[in-house]
Amino acid sequence: MKRKIKLVDVTLRDGSHAVGHSFTREQVARIAGALDRSGVEIIEVTHGDGLGGSSVNYGFSAVNDMELIEAAAGVIRKAKLGALLLPGIGTIRDLEEAYERGVRVLRVATHVTEADVAIQHIQAAKGKGMFAVGFLMMIHMAQPEKILEQARIFVDAGADYINLADSAGYLTPDGVRERVAVLTEHLSIPVGFHAHNNMGLAVANSIAAIEEGADYIDGSLRGLGAGAGNTQIEVLQAVIRRYGWESGADLDRLLEAAEKEVAPVMKRPQVIDADSLMLGYSGVYSSFLLHAKRASQQFGVAAKDILLELGKRKMVGGQEDMIVDVAYELSKGR
Amino acid sequence: MTKIDVAIIGPGNIGSDLMYKVMRSSCLNMKLMTGIVESEGIKRAAKMGIETSTDGIDAVLDRDDIRIVFDATGAKAHLAHAPLLRKAGKIAIDMTPAAVGPYVVPCVNLDSLSQEMNFNMVTCGGQATVPIAYAVNQAADSSYTEIVSCISSKSAGPGTRANIDEFTETTAKALETVAGADRGKAVIILNPAEPPLMMTNTIYSIVKNPDPERINRAVQKIVEEVQKYVPGYKLRTPPILDGNKVTVIVEVEGAGDFLPKYSGNLDIINAAAVWVAQKLAVERLMKEKGPGVISAEAGEGRRG
Repeated sequence: MKRKIKLVDVTLRDGSHAVGHSFTREQVARIAGALDRSGVEIIEVTHGDGLGGSSVNYGFSAVNDMELIEAAAGVIRKAKLGALLLPGIGTIRDLEEAYERGVRVLRVATHVTEADVAIQHIQAAKGKGMFAVGFLMMIHMAQPEKILEQARIFVDAGADYINLADSAGYLTPDGVRERVAVLTEHLSIPVGFHAHNNMGLAVANSIAAIEEGADYIDGSLRGLGAGAGNTQIEVLQAVIRRYGWESGADLDRLLEAAEKEVAPVMKRPQVIDADSLMLGYSGVYSSFLLHAKRASQQFGVAAKDILLELGKRKMVGGQEDMIVDVAYELSKGR
Repeated sequence: MTKIDVAIIGPGNIGSDLMYKVMRSSCLNMKLMTGIVESEGIKRAAKMGIETSTDGIDAVLDRDDIRIVFDATGAKAHLAHAPLLRKAGKIAIDMTPAAVGPYVVPCVNLDSLSQEMNFNMVTCGGQATVPIAYAVNQAADSSYTEIVSCISSKSAGPGTRANIDEFTETTAKALETVAGADRGKAVIILNPAEPPLMMTNTIYSIVKNPDPERINRAVQKIVEEVQKYVPGYKLRTPPILDGNKVTVIVEVEGAGDFLPKYSGNLDIINAAAVWVAQKLAVERLMKEKGPGVISAEAGEGRRG
């Protein structure tokens, strides 16, 4: 039997970073509709930092999450509609509202060592009958044993699968393999993987994850996402076919969605520029990129230097406020 | 000098740190530590020569000497304790998220709560950020205030972790009701770096009157006010004005009484609570007894 991979599309979530959280209802409806027709398993729609992410710190959404979720819910027929929630930013109240608007998959993301803050959210999602996913971020910062320990917290809370995110795009395929393998070997629930392309390894790392038994793979049309973007989903689909696996998605339709719906809304080419390479190289959370570029302008210091210092200080996902702190400090030569 | 007798319910990390802070006070007398089981915290208090009990709140209720009670248990327990303490005529300082009484952030609204019998200490992030949010609002009129508190993973206890929504919701509410922003939002981040990072707090305000001079003065002044009761409170990044957005970053280093210095989050809420108790002891209770002339400032002991 052919290996079946489930594609999770994050164009309308991680991709939200790349367009400065400017998605409109119409764009979401068009892109979600095209994705649905292309046969992906899950379509995630939320501010890049999850429910409640619209803020000074992470950037305000042009259109409220709930409206965007509704716009997607109105066009999706086959796929499941998902949302992301980062405890500490979003709350159970947000997830309940998202549920009412049609979200049926809730992915709850914490830093790789902090899964226990998400137990209440996983349980709340399960209480609503949602498909709940435990999502560990910045996995390059922890060893496989630690990741297994944290994944088990999610399993015990009732998660339906565990998603590992290389949020800094730091890992090489070996690093992905050992982290995915320890979970597929020891857990009774499926494992997923989320890559960033800061080192140009997103597709290769996704393939490594599949080879170690990951069933769910995140990707986005045109690779739209934070930093240098995510695994480009249409490329991944082609590679999956080349390997002789199945995903249930249709390559032609993905290509058409990328070309017709996503290309026109992109604000900049999704490439590995010097600063996004620096994210991967120094292990910094990918969504810091555009904030660092802005702070670079405001304080007259190089974005690269800001990112390197953030890496040295071991900042984790969500600490966008420290970009200003670092830029201010560098500008003062403190 | 006359001291006011106080009790602490809940001999956990918060309760134990409170105990050390109370012991350093020159107007509070650390009289009783009470819990519901024999525990490390009870043993620790006993070893320090403090009266202890495992009868929980019952040990406090029929004691005429005890006037102020810190409740360092949990929200559910405090909901049960609050009416009992009120009936017994005790001033309750609520360390839990129960919020039976009004939120108090000492340098902002303690003076306006002179008749209260139950004080809620908001959250650690609230104690760290409301003063700045208040100062900026006073100086520039904030239509929106948003804070990001980052604490070290090691200083986030099981209570915080199991109820993280309570932090964001309570802190946001305090930004509106105590600091006076039209709308508030709060974010909390746990960072596991080793050695543990000091607590940092970023306060963003969208303001109607962005006058840098006034904002700077107000922020500097309120930082000095907080430093009176939290010596490790530090302005890390002074107000940065970007259009109508004001960004201020403060750091909190703990006093290292019982908890390590990186636990600035726990230190600031405890220091604020003890400060409330001292003010009340001086202004309300000692007036009744009439010993006169000490001030809460004078009541604050030296910190290491």
